[in-house]
Amino acid sequence: MPVIFATDLIVYILFAGAFYFMLAVRKEGMLKEAWKDVKKRRLAMVCLSVLAAYSIVALADSIRWRDPIRNESGRPALSPSGGYIYSAEALSILDRALSRIRLENEKTYSAPLSSHLYVKESIELPDGRVAREYPPLRYPGAHILGTDKVGNDILYIALKGVRTGMVIGAGTTIVIIPFAIFFGVIAGYYGGLIDDIVQYLYTTLASIPGVLLIVAFMLLFGSSGYQGGLIRQSDLVLQAFVPNDRLFWLCLILGVTSWTDLCRLIRGETLKLRELEYVQASRAFGVSRRGIIYRHIVPNLMHLILITFVLQFSGLVLAEAILSYIGIGVGPQMWSWGNMINTARLELSMEPVVWWNLLASFVFMFGLVLPANIFGDAVRDALDPRLRFK
Amino acid sequence: MLAYMIRRLLYAIPIIIGVNILTAALFFYVNTPDDMARKILGEKNITPQAIENWKMDHGYNFPAFINTKEKGAAVVTQTIFFQKSVPLLWFDFGRSDRNNIDIGAEIRQRMWPSLFISLPTFAIGVTLDLFFAMMLAYYKGTYIDFLGLVAGVVLMSISSLFYIITGQYVFGKALRLFPISGYDTGIHAFKFVVLPVIVGIMSGIGAGIRFYRTVFIEEIGKDYVRTARAKGLPESAVLFKHALKNAMIPVLTNVVVSIPFLFYGSLIMETFFAIPGLGNFTIQAIQSQDFAIVRSMVYLGSLLYIAGLILTDVSYTLVDPRVKFE
Repeated sequence: MPVIFATDLIVYILFAGAFYFMLAVRKEGMLKEAWKDVKKRRLAMVCLSVLAAYSIVALADSIRWRDPIRNESGRPALSPSGGYIYSAEALSILDRALSRIRLENEKTYSAPLSSHLYVKESIELPDGRVAREYPPLRYPGAHILGTDKVGNDILYIALKGVRTGMVIGAGTTIVIIPFAIFFGVIAGYYGGLIDDIVQYLYTTLASIPGVLLIVAFMLLFGSSGYQGGLIRQSDLVLQAFVPNDRLFWLCLILGVTSWTDLCRLIRGETLKLRELEYVQASRAFGVSRRGIIYRHIVPNLMHLILITFVLQFSGLVLAEAILSYIGIGVGPQMWSWGNMINTARLELSMEPVVWWNLLASFVFMFGLVLPANIFGDAVRDALDPRLRFK
Repeated sequence: MLAYMIRRLLYAIPIIIGVNILTAALFFYVNTPDDMARKILGEKNITPQAIENWKMDHGYNFPAFINTKEKGAAVVTQTIFFQKSVPLLWFDFGRSDRNNIDIGAEIRQRMWPSLFISLPTFAIGVTLDLFFAMMLAYYKGTYIDFLGLVAGVVLMSISSLFYIITGQYVFGKALRLFPISGYDTGIHAFKFVVLPVIVGIMSGIGAGIRFYRTVFIEEIGKDYVRTARAKGLPESAVLFKHALKNAMIPVLTNVVVSIPFLFYGSLIMETFFAIPGLGNFTIQAIQSQDFAIVRSMVYLGSLLYIAGLILTDVSYTLVDPRVKFE
């Protein structure tokens, strides 16, 4: 039984968008030129491959289904009405691929690749005496990055954080693109009172400090809806959709706090495009305003959207960690690097120090943010005409 | 100049009112006082009477925006919006929902620790940013520039949480150079301030260097710099006498706008280092769901942002003689 979260749609849209740009760079035009420029930089292409790998992990973690509950004889249990009863846990392709490290849990902390637990326990020796020893692991050497407090594999947790990071980084911009285009274009194209209203709107929104707007919003909306972990029956719509997803609210409000830049850029570009000859020509030919906007204005804004998307991405991934720390980010049951860092903070003050949780979240986060920054720079350099014609 | 400033202040009024209405809508309409009362009193064994009492005690026993039961001006004044949000306009922050503390007094007291942390972080940070950025621009295209840029990208790709956690671990726990967290008054505050300042500078320096380097390089590409070079000025004179002065304009936009925010401190830094400043105050209010404090801080933050914009515009007139305001 498939289960689709509101945030899964973001991942699907991300892939659809990547596909769209892949088709677009084949056609002659600005994007093709820019792509050639990016392709020449080897470092940028390496970064793109890393980003693609992260995206594939996120996609594999965004296609999930619930299994029917089986009774002891191995047959699916049936409800009184004759249908299958589904488990409250929706496992994704990633979960299923990693079922070995997902299920091979230890009792508590164990260091990377170690064969014994990290804390001493009272063990009964063969001759009946009791000694304080490090007990052997159930699965020695199986945990490449060690295990956490309740014995979960750190590599698994870090990989599960990929989807959360990608959704926040990509989703926030994807969610606001329609609004930014709509308001930016009408403000730039129609001008006058509409322009004043739109400008007033985004100046007002921009003057509220972002973090506090997010706080206010998440305090009000975040506590309802799906928080991560098991799926409650009340979260499901039509047995397959989870529309009220805390992560989605987070994307939305992060979007509201960051849309002003994109909206302002689009407004400015529209003002410029409106006066170009081919737009004026189509106006003279009697093309409707809406027709001009759809055919000539919006397609020419794509490069701005792409630049904003790649440049905002890394900042948003970093913001997730901070917001989760304050307690207004993703829920505590959600797998995320922010939550990992949060727990790692206390582990550092333990004796002896548990360092691998922090290291894993650091490596995974850095591995996403650094390529995103470098690739973002390459895309900006290739698409920003101001630098291009210098 | 004076006329311009007055006009600029007048222009800020509709935005302040807009912010006020928006926060009121969020806090009183989407999240009704009944919800607040339920959260504060606890979900369990709560009676409608208890909610009414709580609302009465804290002055929320009115409709949100329009009171249809009253007549005349009272239709507007006997509302939560008028009682709670409008006084913010003259800095009457009221009392907190939970412990009934005077928010205004708390803000005046807590802004000092915030300033002690944020002011040195800001001043030293910007100086270092500018220094390194100028160095990279001076050695543009060489290995120094390349290495500097790589270091910048790497530094800005690390979450500030890591700087804080490792900073506390290395300097506080392992080397025992500074206390891990805490605060003291007077001269004793110094030892508590050093570590947050270092961490704050580290977490901002990558992005700062990269940004100011672009600014300087853009300035160096201009015609007057070529002229200065053509007439035989040494490169250092070209950079530090001519380019630096002109590059100050984009630098100022970036710097001045954040000056008012120094009062506000940093949410993350202050909680990690247990600094009793405004950022810490806000986080505590968030975690205890004290909406009166959160509302006041949202409003204060917006005011500071608008003040920053006005300051930026004014500073233009001081550094750029071409900018004249009619």
